[in-house]
Amino acid sequence: MSLVITKELIAQHNLTDDEFKKIVEILGREPNLTELGMFSVMWSEHCSYKSSRVHLKKLPTTGPRVIQGPGENAGVVDIGDGLCVVFKMESHNHPSFIEPYQGAATGVGGILRDVFTMGARPIALLDSLRFGGLDTAKNRHIVKGVVAGIAGYGNCMGVPTVGGEVVFNDIYSLNPLVNAFCLGVAQKDKIFLGTAAGVGNPVIYFGSKTGRDGIHGATMASDSFDDQSEKKRPTVQVGDPFQEKLLLEACLELMAGNLLVGIQDMGAAGLTSSSCEMASRAGNGIDLDLTHVPRREPGMTPYELMLSESQERMLMVAKAGKEEECIRICKKWDLDVAVVGKVTGDGILRVFDQDKVVAEIPAKSLADDGPRYERPFSPPGYQDMLTNLNYDALSDVKDANAALLALLESPTIASKRWVYEQYDHMVRTNTMVRPGSDAAVVRIKGTNKAVAMTVDCNSRYCLLNPYEGARLAVAEAARNLACSGAEPIGLTDCLNFGNPERPDIMWQFVMAIEGMKDACEHFKIPIVSGNVSFYNETNGLSIYPTPMLGMVGLIESADKTMTQWFRDDGDDIILLGATREDLGGSEYLKVQHSREQGSPPYLNLETEQAVQTCVLQLIRTGLIQSAHDCSDGGVAVALAECCMSGPDQTRGAVVRLTPGRQRTDSMLFGESQSRIIVSAKPAQRQTVLAQAQQLGVPAAVVGAVGGASLVIYLGDERSTTKTIDLPVATIADRWGFSLERRLSQE
Amino acid sequence: MNVGVIVFPGSNCDHDCRHVFQDVLGQSVRMIWHKEMSLTGIDAVILPGGFSYGDYLRTGAIARFSPVMGAVKTFAKDGGAVIGICNGFQILLEAGLLPGAMLRNKSLHFICKDVHVKVENAATAFTEACESGQVLKIPVAHADGNYYTDPVTLAAMQANAQIVLRYCTPEGKVTPEANPNGSLDNIAGIINPEGNVLGMMPHPERCAEEILGNQDGKLIFQSLLKAMKVKV
Repeated sequence: MSLVITKELIAQHNLTDDEFKKIVEILGREPNLTELGMFSVMWSEHCSYKSSRVHLKKLPTTGPRVIQGPGENAGVVDIGDGLCVVFKMESHNHPSFIEPYQGAATGVGGILRDVFTMGARPIALLDSLRFGGLDTAKNRHIVKGVVAGIAGYGNCMGVPTVGGEVVFNDIYSLNPLVNAFCLGVAQKDKIFLGTAAGVGNPVIYFGSKTGRDGIHGATMASDSFDDQSEKKRPTVQVGDPFQEKLLLEACLELMAGNLLVGIQDMGAAGLTSSSCEMASRAGNGIDLDLTHVPRREPGMTPYELMLSESQERMLMVAKAGKEEECIRICKKWDLDVAVVGKVTGDGILRVFDQDKVVAEIPAKSLADDGPRYERPFSPPGYQDMLTNLNYDALSDVKDANAALLALLESPTIASKRWVYEQYDHMVRTNTMVRPGSDAAVVRIKGTNKAVAMTVDCNSRYCLLNPYEGARLAVAEAARNLACSGAEPIGLTDCLNFGNPERPDIMWQFVMAIEGMKDACEHFKIPIVSGNVSFYNETNGLSIYPTPMLGMVGLIESADKTMTQWFRDDGDDIILLGATREDLGGSEYLKVQHSREQGSPPYLNLETEQAVQTCVLQLIRTGLIQSAHDCSDGGVAVALAECCMSGPDQTRGAVVRLTPGRQRTDSMLFGESQSRIIVSAKPAQRQTVLAQAQQLGVPAAVVGAVGGASLVIYLGDERSTTKTIDLPVATIADRWGFSLERRLSQE
Repeated sequence: MNVGVIVFPGSNCDHDCRHVFQDVLGQSVRMIWHKEMSLTGIDAVILPGGFSYGDYLRTGAIARFSPVMGAVKTFAKDGGAVIGICNGFQILLEAGLLPGAMLRNKSLHFICKDVHVKVENAATAFTEACESGQVLKIPVAHADGNYYTDPVTLAAMQANAQIVLRYCTPEGKVTPEANPNGSLDNIAGIINPEGNVLGMMPHPERCAEEILGNQDGKLIFQSLLKAMKVKV
């Protein structure tokens, strides 16, 4: 350890000169290499949120149901009956580009651990994915690998992947996004936190052995130490879902036994983050002896052991005297287990290797005293060019049938059946609404309740106006839940952006936070957990700002769960909400005119709230048969989806829309917000319309379910031209098999 | 009835099977850890779905060596009712309690969706609550469900009416298009010659409650209760 810390070494650890000075100040001396490594990971953007923290603070995080907000492994929200839901979303973008299968698989593994480490049994996974277009073999390879990776991990764990979303845009070709969401259920009084309380309590390592995978920035260091004997290892971790399944069952058995004080998984920064964060939360220290850490191969240095990101590992602080019982349970599940330290009262994370102190750092300074930056931000010069779009120069739609088919076939709108049929979405026998509706719904066994979940973000809206885009994402997520009969109770986010050191990217981030804040405050939806992923850029090209939201809603009475598809011929089709001229940022403009420009759709939060209240009321009073929100592709696509997304059979529909001064394409494919298509028995028509009117929500009977085609007339009764007239079998085929066909190209 | 649900490391439909027997059908259930050696007091044994031993090596190939499998074999030999669902079916094949083997699905993908199966033999302990030829809608969820056996064994199974469930269209036609995984002769479920061991790839425990929108799977369990003369 006589290595001199050079300027190069500091730079290779991604630390600035100022950050290094701060480290020296904290320690009162220069750090050794192990300590430098520990600081570098804990003070990295990923672990310290140094660029985002000052802004994240603005988000609303409290509410009557919130049991645990941000800062723990996952957020916790009360659902009554003595139960709570524990949920979080996290990104695994960079690894998924380098190695799609393992990158995505370990993303799922990580989010599962975040949830079960809190004492919850995971009952649902969702994934939000962003890929480049399917016309290149590389992108198809990434899609197949990511989907197989998610399936491989989630299926083996026995946690159903019940929903999600997949969007395709070439901006993600060199930087795909893999955001995994997990929700678990726990008893309200049995939540476990990552805290190292109680001086003298034993610190126990369990799970997989520690290997040399995922050590960032460590390659250089190990080369110089090992006489170049070690080859460069891949930095992507390799997942073992079977091991994680054992870890899950062992954790829940340990937690049932009154044995633990605190527990945390070893995610990013592995042993370093789990030990210093647990110590810091309790205001304590930990003496950690690496001698006993189970390892995959001999000759691992303290630096490697402290920075390894090997998967499927946990650290627990047991009650003194309960070590043997903890070890017995871990061994029952065939896990490696070892007492590796104890809690101390001096606030120092002290790492030993063979009786030698190899690192000695105040735990709090590692975990909480990282740098904070108020990075400069300003709108990019190109922003006006993006939003200014002369619609007069764009011809209106001539063949609406062809335009609708093109939209239904576009990968972003096409059915994701090819994806979700590879996921076990039914295990645990709770799935009431399967993938392919507005939100996934799972019942909560032992209660009459169900939980609805959705993940949403239209990143094109966010590009065109990050503030509006974020508000729109919150509104759409809440609307999706409302269409399922659920009331939003909490939100988790996964904020994917480019390089925060660029003022234009930082501006996107700050604006998006403001938008989320305003919308969440309006709807009173607390943000209880989240994750920030910066530096999503390749060769200087940044992704669109993608503040992904995972929203959770509660259905008090599970039998009042709603789905999006038409149920019976003869039912009225009723459109709630008003259609404006909202072509900006639409999927239609991209598909038909190759434009990703204009201003995103107009959103009024009061109007939105009224529409959601209205649909919830209609569902709860049993007045409607289906509810589906209008989003990508507008009312025409939404109607098509209502016709063909049912599990057992498709339905036709005959609809008449009456435009004001809107263009035809805007009327059919514009993405005006706060609109929901519901269907109802004609006998309920007057009651439905009256309820809508009472809430000030525009509502009109626009047609009826029936026939074998989707027919849309535009204009009043005198107009007899069928603007859209397509057999449902045709649209179902084009929509249903588009992804499969595109992915099977060689 | 006392139902024993075997729990292998990596089983993940064990809770679902317990839920159906205990909470839906009101029977008593004991979860049996794979290291246990005795099935005393158990009336029927369920080998649940999942990924026992992570499906490493080959599905079911390691689980068949679990200590409890000795007791399961004795239990089956003595005429006890055994149901293997999905991974449980794969384990029964590896353990030699049923003939044949599972290959990778023809698509090479994991497949999770509703399929239809035709009850080809309604005179078994697992199907007697069904009509002969009845079509059941039951979900599958597997990557290795492509059943295979040699022609001699297949002929014998056909002759003995051991093929209990076959993949079919919603109308009950046994066609190649209705076969989700390439399974030989559209086989979805088989019994042993004695008729007390059933292996099936579809998951009846996933469709045994109204709230899940489908109760066809319940018929399999109700058949067992009927055969065991249990009053529900």
